[in-house]
Amino acid sequence: MEDLTQVYNDLIMEHSMNSYNKKKLSSSDYSQMGHNPNCGDEITLEVKLNGDIIEDMAFSGHGCAISQASTSVMIDTLKGKTIKEAKEIIKIFIEMIKRETTDEEELKKLEDAIAFQNVSNMPARVKCALLAWHTMEDILNKNETEGKGNINCCN
Amino acid sequence: MEMQDFKKDFPILQNRKITYLDSGATTQKPIQVISKIDEYYEKYNANPHRGAYSLSIEATEAYENTRTKIAKFINARSREEIIFSKNATESLNLLAYSYGLEKLKKDDEIVISIMEHHSNLVPWQKVCNKTASKLNYMYINDQFELSDEEIESKITDKTKIVGITHVSNVLGTINKINKIIKYAHKKGAIVIVDASQSIPHMKIDVQELDADFLVFSGHKMLAPLGIGVLYGKREILNKMSPFIMGGDMIEYVHEQETTFAPLPNKFEAGTQNVEGVIGLGAAIDYIENIGYDKIKQIEDEVVGYAIDELKKLDYLDLYLTPNKENHSSVISFNIKGVHPHDVASILDSEGVCVRSGNHCAQPLMRFLGIDSTCRASFYFYNTKEDVDNLISALNKAYNMFKKYINL
Repeated sequence: MEDLTQVYNDLIMEHSMNSYNKKKLSSSDYSQMGHNPNCGDEITLEVKLNGDIIEDMAFSGHGCAISQASTSVMIDTLKGKTIKEAKEIIKIFIEMIKRETTDEEELKKLEDAIAFQNVSNMPARVKCALLAWHTMEDILNKNETEGKGNINCCN
Repeated sequence: MEMQDFKKDFPILQNRKITYLDSGATTQKPIQVISKIDEYYEKYNANPHRGAYSLSIEATEAYENTRTKIAKFINARSREEIIFSKNATESLNLLAYSYGLEKLKKDDEIVISIMEHHSNLVPWQKVCNKTASKLNYMYINDQFELSDEEIESKITDKTKIVGITHVSNVLGTINKINKIIKYAHKKGAIVIVDASQSIPHMKIDVQELDADFLVFSGHKMLAPLGIGVLYGKREILNKMSPFIMGGDMIEYVHEQETTFAPLPNKFEAGTQNVEGVIGLGAAIDYIENIGYDKIKQIEDEVVGYAIDELKKLDYLDLYLTPNKENHSSVISFNIKGVHPHDVASILDSEGVCVRSGNHCAQPLMRFLGIDSTCRASFYFYNTKEDVDNLISALNKAYNMFKKYINL
């Protein structure tokens, strides 16, 4: 069996239980819910853009330690990045969890989010780790096709 | 008490180093069931009801003899009252489509309990939407039970169908189905009993209960996946239209119209799951060979021990009636402040298999004010040692989380 202390490491535990990213933004361009109906994980991701830059992000919701920590760490990783950089990081994260890449140079771009690498050994928990990332991917795709603020805007 | 080692009959419990506590989801299968299925494919596999050759007749006999065996097992009046389905879910859908949609009218009412599995809930929502009838719920009290007052206030003269699980798949509560059936009949409603979580553990007598319909899945009682049963009173089944159309459920087929076969074939369209039926027959033999008294004796001992040990862990929330006589072999719990999926993952790393999630009972979870639980469910092959493994794995999970828990 997998040594779970590698999955439930300090970084993941701290982020899941006491995340400073779990709050409301005073204003946001996007607010979107992501959920895994089978496990009941639910998060709402808020994103504020400034031109091409992801200026601020926050989340609310509930779920398992992995889904909550993954959301919080994703926010730390993507905040301040350009949309293009964010999309690349999201792609690498998803590939890491799905065991489609182990390229160390690529994985370095994930910064702290590399802490989730061992989740790739727990097929039952892959969905938990990917929830926020898929939600963010969705927001950025919508931003590209429909333009900022056209959907789910709720200031 | 002398403990018999039933684990030796279950190859998977020999082959894998696991503590299997998810029998409420599906039980493991004894070698006696597995070998009956092998024997079927090795010696007499053919399409039943079709061939005039002896092989097909043998398959037909095995299939139909099992129907008779099940009728005796639950004390049905006749073998025609036993319909094979895919599982309890399909049996319930058959009832929703062939009874609910056809019989219910505007302002009629269906009553179910808040502890129903989605399979005894979602189909009735559809019936209510289509017929403009109303879906009402019987709620549980603070002991996780349905009170007499609740039953009597929700089942009214407008009630046409009462759907009730015999044993809750989340709480393990044994519902007073005798009382519910009597009261519903007084009010002119028919009663559908979901026996999926009860029939593996306790004797069911449909005549004594006077249930109008009763459903269960084979795979929760040692049989293979994909075989289920619908019991129905013959006079009601006879008046119902078929659910699934196709081969073997017909009498005469013309270009524009068809007459249907009598019971039970009317409800069994297409080639049936003969291996499943034969496996279910072998499972019933196995259960009868041990006997429900013995099963209850073992489970009382092991589940009682589990409850006592779990109650000692003050970091746990337990969702459990305090009345032992009203509780079966399912125990739901949470480590306070820790999500059940995380607990289940850590238990899994110790080889302990429990279910985590909403257990296909989202309305119950919402009623309890939680998202999900961990659930340990027991069968007669579980032992006190399995309970000890669960407790030690829970302690490990708690120790991993305790310094981060933010209550």
